[in-house]
Amino acid sequence: MLDQQLVNALSLGCVYALFALGFTLIFGVLGVINLAHGAVFMTGAYAAMTVMARFELPLWAGLLFAFAFCGLLGLLIDFLVLRPLRARNAPHLIPMIATIGVAIVLNSAAQGLFGAENQRFPEGAISNDTLQWAGVRITVLELGIILFSFVLMAVLMLALKRTQLGRALRAMAESPKAAYLLGINVEGLFYLTSFAAAALGGVAGVLIGLYSNAMSPLMGQPMLHKGIAVVILGGMGDIRGAMFGGLFLGFAEVLSINYLGSTMRDAVTFGLLFLVLLVRPKGLFGTLQERKV
Amino acid sequence: MSHAALLKVEGLKVSYGHIDAVKGINFELHEGEITTLVGANGAGKSTTLLALSGLLKKNAGRVQFDGQDISAQPPHKIVAAGLVQVAEGRATLTTLTVHENLELGAYTRRDGKAERARDLERIYALFPRLKERQNGLAGNLSGGEQQMLAIGRALMAKPRVLLLDEPSMGLAPIIVQDIFRTLRAINREGLTIFLVEQNVRQALKVADRAYVIETGRIVLSGPGAELLGNPKVQDAYLGG
Repeated sequence: MLDQQLVNALSLGCVYALFALGFTLIFGVLGVINLAHGAVFMTGAYAAMTVMARFELPLWAGLLFAFAFCGLLGLLIDFLVLRPLRARNAPHLIPMIATIGVAIVLNSAAQGLFGAENQRFPEGAISNDTLQWAGVRITVLELGIILFSFVLMAVLMLALKRTQLGRALRAMAESPKAAYLLGINVEGLFYLTSFAAAALGGVAGVLIGLYSNAMSPLMGQPMLHKGIAVVILGGMGDIRGAMFGGLFLGFAEVLSINYLGSTMRDAVTFGLLFLVLLVRPKGLFGTLQERKV
Repeated sequence: MSHAALLKVEGLKVSYGHIDAVKGINFELHEGEITTLVGANGAGKSTTLLALSGLLKKNAGRVQFDGQDISAQPPHKIVAAGLVQVAEGRATLTTLTVHENLELGAYTRRDGKAERARDLERIYALFPRLKERQNGLAGNLSGGEQQMLAIGRALMAKPRVLLLDEPSMGLAPIIVQDIFRTLRAINREGLTIFLVEQNVRQALKVADRAYVIETGRIVLSGPGAELLGNPKVQDAYLGG
């Protein structure tokens, strides 16, 4: 029984991590707390659902569409909202509040287009087969989410650590001015980051829409709150931290439901989060420091 | 000093809001020379450099580099063209290792790995301290070591002109001597250097060509040695 709970916790944790990876990427590189990430995530789920239902496309095509659609949406948000604020050197709170506005626009648009009620992916979008091993069951989807999130984390970490592009992104995170003087196309990489983070957010939306077998225009909001908790816990802007924080939250939730009942879930989870932050205010992997101007 | 200018600045004006920091200055850098722009704090030296690198908007004026007008180019294109700046103060990336800082210096280069590795060894030969600490975080280096790293990193870009903003700032006199010795050595290998300094004596000693800037205007120019002997310069900057 416990084995099964651990597998559930692992897949739930990876769901959170998947969401948090894009969120932390934007913060790490752009220094923006992007409160529209939940809405972009929701948009990904609806975008995939729509093309899959209308054109009877398979899941992989839906995922690909959500990736591209949300990536472009991220680019648009950056161009229309974040770039003008960057150009004016707006202090940190301003872009954060602007992204609340973006979230409201996207959420309302989804409500207008699709209605406020819950929707589902088309029947048979993903196989319901479960794999069984030593009495533990796991669905194909859960396995996919776990593999995808770990691979994604590894790719992002390696890219940031070992490639010239990754070093450039870390340079920008520390000091955009130093990055300019190194010949880095800083604006271009801001766009690239916005594209990548939103595209990953869209893919996460599809996977999580399938995982919970429901989507609604406001599905991104609870996810956003948990995503913020996850990245704060892991250390703002840290890729490992997002993964680890997601797993921490998944395990804390599943185990507290198992042992203390579902009413205590959030109390236990956020109580633990509070305790961790008392000991390590920068988060588990945090190296957060003031950005140099 | 007979050959044509490698970099020619004409009528450069830069302002911060309503405050004019640089009020229409002209100067030239010649290939293989050390040129210096000296002046007091707030005279417009750093502003001039940041405008050259494209980080500050020019209100007016033209920058010609090797016959090309680069006035309107974005910063990354200016670096790629070979105009590489070592910024003022702690210009290193403290969260990256020494080695990563140097690798990143070669960001705009499109040549092979082998050539970059060879240049890296050259930098380590020039600054042996950096080699010893190559895997440590740049933030743990001393002030002098960070300045060496910043210079080494700029050299990794294979610059045609090296722009330096107060390399002596905040460093002990013996380290300053060291840095200037190194700059002269790199210059002897053919690199054109533009040095912006408050340490007027040191700067004029090494400079082939010098400009004195006061509240946004160039008030004196000439060979470094000549300005060093100029009574006005001695009075204002060298303590009589």
